Amino acid sequence: MITIGNRTFRSRLLLGTGKYPSFEIQKEAVKVSGTEILTFAVRRMNIFEPSQPNFLEQLDLSAYTLLPNTAGAKTAEEAVRIAKLAKASGLCDMVKVEIIGCDRSLLPDPIETLRASEMLLEEGFIVLPYTSDDVVLARRLCELGAHAVMPGASPIGSGRGLINPLNLSLIIEQSDVPVIIDAGIGSPKDAAYAMELGADGILLNTAVSEAADPVKMAKAMKLAIEAGRLGFEAGRMPVRDYGVASSPMEGLVPN
Amino acid sequence: MEKVIKLNGKKYEVPKGVGTVRQLLDHLDLSDRIAVIEKNQSIVPKGAYEEPVNDKDQIEIIHFVGGG
Repeated sequence: MITIGNRTFRSRLLLGTGKYPSFEIQKEAVKVSGTEILTFAVRRMNIFEPSQPNFLEQLDLSAYTLLPNTAGAKTAEEAVRIAKLAKASGLCDMVKVEIIGCDRSLLPDPIETLRASEMLLEEGFIVLPYTSDDVVLARRLCELGAHAVMPGASPIGSGRGLINPLNLSLIIEQSDVPVIIDAGIGSPKDAAYAMELGADGILLNTAVSEAADPVKMAKAMKLAIEAGRLGFEAGRMPVRDYGVASSPMEGLVPN
Repeated sequence: MEKVIKLNGKKYEVPKGVGTVRQLLDHLDLSDRIAVIEKNQSIVPKGAYEEPVNDKDQIEIIHFVGGG
């Protein structure tokens, strides 16, 4: 169970909704993943072209919590505008603060992210800021009252996995709100690794949508997150420098 | 008088008989879509679609798309 703001979820997987090969595959992947939280972007409707089918409008909205992102914003003010537009739909009161500060790496702007989070908290949003793996920024966001912190494992869509597990561990250790590892997860091993470090959840998109078989990968991610969490709760054995036999040395059968 | 507005960033001649936000959405066949309306940079709440559409208004029709 993971509690974000006033809501509790059984699944620790938050799934993005971009870049799937088809609606049918997306629908099936979402179902198989077991996710209860779906992320979306907020955009102008293309009203001058024949209307495209919209994934959101085909969802059972009672079964999912919507987490709109502020992608496209470069400043705190733009992010707040996007968040307010999303909330005005009446479908959500959570927001993923995503303010890109570097077009090449897609790494987030820490200063604008902090400002936007503060403004959105004052407006009564449930605020989930996406950040880099900066330990101090994560602490400052916790102190502000953010409802979760979402450090990236590596750049968005890079699939490079956890490039700084030490920082992620430090963030997990210090945080009194859920830590959701967001961005950079490439394969089930990355998701399991992050969960074994003690993360409360994983937000991913491309790792599933760009897999050769997205539906199978959605299942793999679900299982990896569950396995990683169980492993964390179980407490792993210590790492040693030398071999330690599992079989007893007593009662050896003589030559 | 003919009304010309800016609709999602493009010039748009408002057809005769369209005087409110609701009528505009009906005309565009968007009434039952999940959408949020912004008029002159202010959100038009769901209960306020009887607001008039005036000449030179800037109207944005916003929705949710796939994203991570």
